[in-house]
Formats: sequence, C-alpha cells, structure tokens
Amino acid sequence: MANVLLKNIENPNSHRIDEYVKAGGYFALEHAINEMTPKDIVDDIRKSGLRGRGGAGFSTGMKWQFASLDPKFPKYIVCNADEGEPGTFKDRVLLERNPHRLIEGMVITAYALQSIRGYIYVRAEYPHVEKILNEAIKEAYDKGFLGDDIMSKHFRFNLSVHRGAGAYICGEETALINSLEGRRGEPRIKPPFPVNSGAWSKPTIVNNVETYANIPYIIETSPKAYTFLGTKDAPGTKLFCVSGAVNKPGVYELELGTPLREIIYDHCGGIRGGRALKGVIPGGLSTSILTPDKIDCPMDFANLAKRGSMLGSGAIIVLDDTMCIVKIYERAMRFFEHESCGKCTPCREGTGWMRTILSRIEKGLADMEDLATLEDVAANVAGKTFCPLGEGAAHVLLAVIKSYRGEFEYHVKYKKCEVADPSQKWEHISEGELDRLEPIV
Amino acid sequence: MITAAIADKNAILKDKIKELKRLYPQTRSVLLPALHAAEDLYGWLGDDALEQVSMLTGVTTAEVKGVVSFYSLFKTKPHGRHVIYLCTNIACLIMGADTLEEYLQKTYRLSNGETTADGRFSLVIMECIGACDRAPAMLVNDDWHFNLTMENIKEILESYK
Repeated sequence: MANVLLKNIENPNSHRIDEYVKAGGYFALEHAINEMTPKDIVDDIRKSGLRGRGGAGFSTGMKWQFASLDPKFPKYIVCNADEGEPGTFKDRVLLERNPHRLIEGMVITAYALQSIRGYIYVRAEYPHVEKILNEAIKEAYDKGFLGDDIMSKHFRFNLSVHRGAGAYICGEETALINSLEGRRGEPRIKPPFPVNSGAWSKPTIVNNVETYANIPYIIETSPKAYTFLGTKDAPGTKLFCVSGAVNKPGVYELELGTPLREIIYDHCGGIRGGRALKGVIPGGLSTSILTPDKIDCPMDFANLAKRGSMLGSGAIIVLDDTMCIVKIYERAMRFFEHESCGKCTPCREGTGWMRTILSRIEKGLADMEDLATLEDVAANVAGKTFCPLGEGAAHVLLAVIKSYRGEFEYHVKYKKCEVADPSQKWEHISEGELDRLEPIV
Repeated sequence: MITAAIADKNAILKDKIKELKRLYPQTRSVLLPALHAAEDLYGWLGDDALEQVSMLTGVTTAEVKGVVSFYSLFKTKPHGRHVIYLCTNIACLIMGADTLEEYLQKTYRLSNGETTADGRFSLVIMECIGACDRAPAMLVNDDWHFNLTMENIKEILESYK
C-alpha cells in the first residue's frame, strides 16, 4: 500500500502539530517559501500531472495557472470539505487524522497564487471535524505557519472554517461559493469559471481536501517523483473508501490504476460470507454501476470512462447477490430527488418522476409501460440539466437498467423481488444457505 | 414580550455576529455562521431568532428564510432533548438501516422530522453521513454510533435520558 497521504496516521496524536512536524511536516512549506517562486510552484504542480480528487479529475496545475494569470486581487483559496457523495468518507479520515497536511497544502497553494485568504468549507454532518480543524488552525497560527507574517517572510495568509448546513449540491464548486457568500447553495452558470470570477467575484481556487493533501508531497520530492506513482495519465495515489459487502471495509491509499479486483479481493478480503459479487459502484452513487465481468478494470480516470463509469470520489460500494438492485436505486433516486436544488426543471421534476416510477416498480405496482416511461424520462433528463447532479441521476439509472434489466422486469412481471424469491436458482449459493437469507423486500 | 433571558441572548448574538463579520469581505456572507450561532443560542430557529439574525446582518427576513429553508440541517421547529440523525443512504441501507428506521417507528413512534410525545427524541433521516465503512451509522446529538444492530441501538438510545 502506498503511503503518501495517510503517512503517520497510526500515531494517535497525528492531528497535533508537534507530531506532524516531527514526521517531516511543514518542511515542504518552508522549502516552497524559501527556495521557490510562486511561478515555480504552479509549474511544478502542472508538471506533476496531479488531477483533482473531488470527482471531476481536472488538472490542478491548469486550474492554478488560469487563476494565477488573472490580475484581479485578492484571490481566494477554498477547500471543498463538503464530502457528500454517498459512499465517500476518505476526506473525513484525512481531516480527522491529518488536518495539518491540508493546512500545509493550502498555505503552499496560497503562496503559489499570492492569495491572502482561505476558507475550508466543512459539511455540517461532521461537527467533530470542525472542532479538530479549528484547533489545528490555531496551532498553525501559534507556530507562525498562518497569519500576517508567515515564517517571517512577509507573506500573509489567513484561514478559517465555514460550516455548511446540509446540502449535497454544495459540493459543486459554484454552489459552494454561493453558500460561502451566505446564499442558497444553487449552482451558477459557467463561464465565468471560479478561477476568474468566484467568491465575491474574485479569482477563486476550489480544490478537494485530498487534492491539497497531495501538494506537500510534490513539493518535498519532485514532480517527476510524483509521476512514478500511479499511471501516466493519472499519477499519484488515491484514497479509495470501500463499503458494502466486503470483509474489511475502510479507506485504502493505493496507486491510481490499481485493478478493482485487487482492491476488493486482496485489500478488502473479498465478499462478506463468501457470497457472489453482484455489482460495484466504483466512485460514489453518481457513477454508473459496474457488472462483475468488468472488475478487472484499473481504477483510474480513463479506464473507468472506457467502461461507461467514472472514478468520481473513489467511493467503492460493493453489492453482493442478496441485495436488490431495484430497491437500491429507488433509494438512490430518493436521494437525488431530495438533494435536487430546484433551480432547473429537468432535474427538479425529473428526479421526482423517476423516483415515483421506481417506487412503483419496487412495490410491484408497475407494468412494462412504466419501465419504458422510466427510461424515456431518464433519457430526457440526461444532457439537459444545469449542473452534474441531475445528469448523474439520469445516467446511473440508464446504466443500471441496461445492465440489470432482467431484475427490473422480474419486479414488474412477478410483482416481487428476484433476490428474495427462493424459486430462483443460484448456482453459487447452496440450498442450506439460501434458507438462511433474509428476504430483502 | 422580551424577557431578560432573551435580551441576554440577543446581546450575545450581537457580539458573536460582530466577531464573525471580521472573517468575510462582505457582511452578507456572515449569514450561515450567524444562523448556526443563533441556533446554538436559542435552540432552534423560530421567527424571533430569524428576525434577530436579519436585523444584525442586514439581510431581509424573506432572504434569511429563503436561505434557511434551502438547507436541510437547520432546525426550524423545536426538537426533543436528543436528536437522532440516522443515515439511510445506500451504504447504510444495504447493511440494514431500513430495519432500524422501522424499529424507531415501532418503539418510539418516531418518523422523520418528528419528536416523541415526552420530548426525549427527535428523528432526522439523513443522507450519507460518511461512516459507510461502519454502516449502519447514526449521530445522536454530536456523538457517532457505528455498526448498529437491532440489539445495540436499543442500548445506545437507552443511555440518552
């Protein structure tokens, strides 16, 4: 297992500044401020090939370059710690166990872009993280890594925590900026992009927690050393958070390009109870499900895209054969319906209708025409929404119907769930085991 | 009528918001932290609290209400002594969160957004709370509880009086 981001986290005091400095922390910041110009840093990050870890996978160096070329002042540095994608808990581990790494990454970013102010947008669901961050920020101020005269180099950068209030959409960067400004968290039209006109209409960099945590490593080694990790197209390590039907769920730091099979069967100890794999959601709920025949896929941006899915946030949800696909996606659509901000019609109305029809199928009240209507609605939502929320909802549904059509049709035809129906023959489950299974519907 | 206790709280909120304003380049941006502060002080965000926030931030009451209603975790009505935030999203669902929801319904007659008659518990059904490796999970007030089962949830809740 690679050890770049989760270095030293077994130490019970890893969140304290003394322990962090003892393990080599803030060395990269010192090096950056003393030996490098802001432009050197932007160039290094671009050369390293680092791509955003929040879901979209955009080149971090390019983003920084766009912002640094904008002459407007001041510039803002924002950390997206609104980890709301269902199945994702990687940032929580970083924030709880390694908050100084995030702070160090943000201060280096601020130096590279000559920013004077930063915010960490933390989701309201993590009340303890806000406390940990506030303590860590205070420690960093006391040691002179934050403030008006950082390391006595006449470099000023102030940082504070901004707590959200429970809205998945605020993970989208323009919605997050609206929320930071004290507004409803609705997304904004792009362009202008936040790098030119973000928070308070100033150039704003919004990066994920994990992205910032990569910065100190690139600075303290070299962009070239960073490219030795991962693949050519996607260098570095990634935090994969695995949940669902595996023996050892948790956060694993692995090189990008690690095959999904290796993650599930080697690192996570295989499927719980020796059951059969039914499918894997590879990057959070908004990424399309993969069928078991696709799990040799290397986990990186390009290879997942080739199989019709996305790396997303690296949240791997593993489903075994006791789980009902229709029930899972009915719940998923309930989530999208609840979190749709209501700004654009296709998403607001579409998610509601898709959920209604899915509920009907799940309860056994639907006919074949409903299934066709469902696909029709989804196809009409896809590509017509204001931001990726509605788009994701439609895409994952179309993908799951395509791969598991039999199960949807079974629900419609027999008004019950295939999984809970013992008359279905499963080759991989013995008769005895079948009796012990709890029916899911 | 404004009692002395409420006047005290209003004064605390005024100081708090003044302090928060220093963190942002524009006054308007203080709204979310101001609402969190008001919620902590008054317990929930009723009309009086919202008007105070509106007065102290200069954002109109209508706008304040618009913002509050957008987010799902502001408490817009009084709640019980303990708030249960039960996650029911996919990772928790496949590990049995729906049976826990039924359990709360049966045992405490609690459904989403409701409070028990004795004012002991309120229930908020959550989307993913980021504890998927130890699902199903819930927060009670600010405390995390993981790997819930029908047996241990009973014990956990009994410890909140």
